[in-house]
Amino acid sequence: MASNAAVPFWRAAGMTYITYSNICANLVRNCLKEPYKTEALTREKVHFSIATWKEGKPEKPGNCPLSRTSDRVDFTVS
Amino acid sequence: MEPPKTPSSFMSPRPPTPSTIPSKITVNFVLPYASELATKEVDMVIIPATTGQMGVLPGHVPTIAELKPGILSVHEGNDVTKYFLSSGFAFIHANSVADIIAVEAVPVDRIDQNSVQKGLAEFTQKVNSASTDLEKAEAQIGVDVHSALNSALSG
Repeated sequence: MASNAAVPFWRAAGMTYITYSNICANLVRNCLKEPYKTEALTREKVHFSIATWKEGKPEKPGNCPLSRTSDRVDFTVS
Repeated sequence: MEPPKTPSSFMSPRPPTPSTIPSKITVNFVLPYASELATKEVDMVIIPATTGQMGVLPGHVPTIAELKPGILSVHEGNDVTKYFLSSGFAFIHANSVADIIAVEAVPVDRIDQNSVQKGLAEFTQKVNSASTDLEKAEAQIGVDVHSALNSALSG
């Protein structure tokens, strides 16, 4: 029995299912007709700020401008 | 002394499978932000599974299906409602209840033809010019989603 059964191409490239699913959803949202498109994009907008921590203190809380919802961002909420 | 209770003894038991096949399936179609259909009784649903379009009738074998971007059609009598799903899962239970979950689902008439054509051209070009595995995968996903959107609009 093969333990390495045929994996989907995205998993073979190192992507997780959630990333794949979010990318698909974003692409679909960008292909909507006008009032629905802005509705969908505002609904999915995420605001967060990123700070790297050093020696127990945040270095500089920065605001990340969002172009798409957080798929490949690793962050600690400050 | 009584043996300690296990977590499963606190759960409500699984609903029994009826001995006769019900006449309709109960569909629960949910999205992260809304529940499109909640316990709606319908005659048939056709789901876009990764293995192809799967028709689900009452009495279907219990199945867990991963969905690919495509059209979900809900057939109730003579009405057919079609939604384009981005991806998700469908759980069909023994008692003819189907739970379909998707991240994004839109009625087909909300899709904009021009953006689909543009996106398809853009991603086909990206697939050819992609260098790393990850870029190639992303471009391939773009091509898959846009072709599915295209066939949804024309089909």
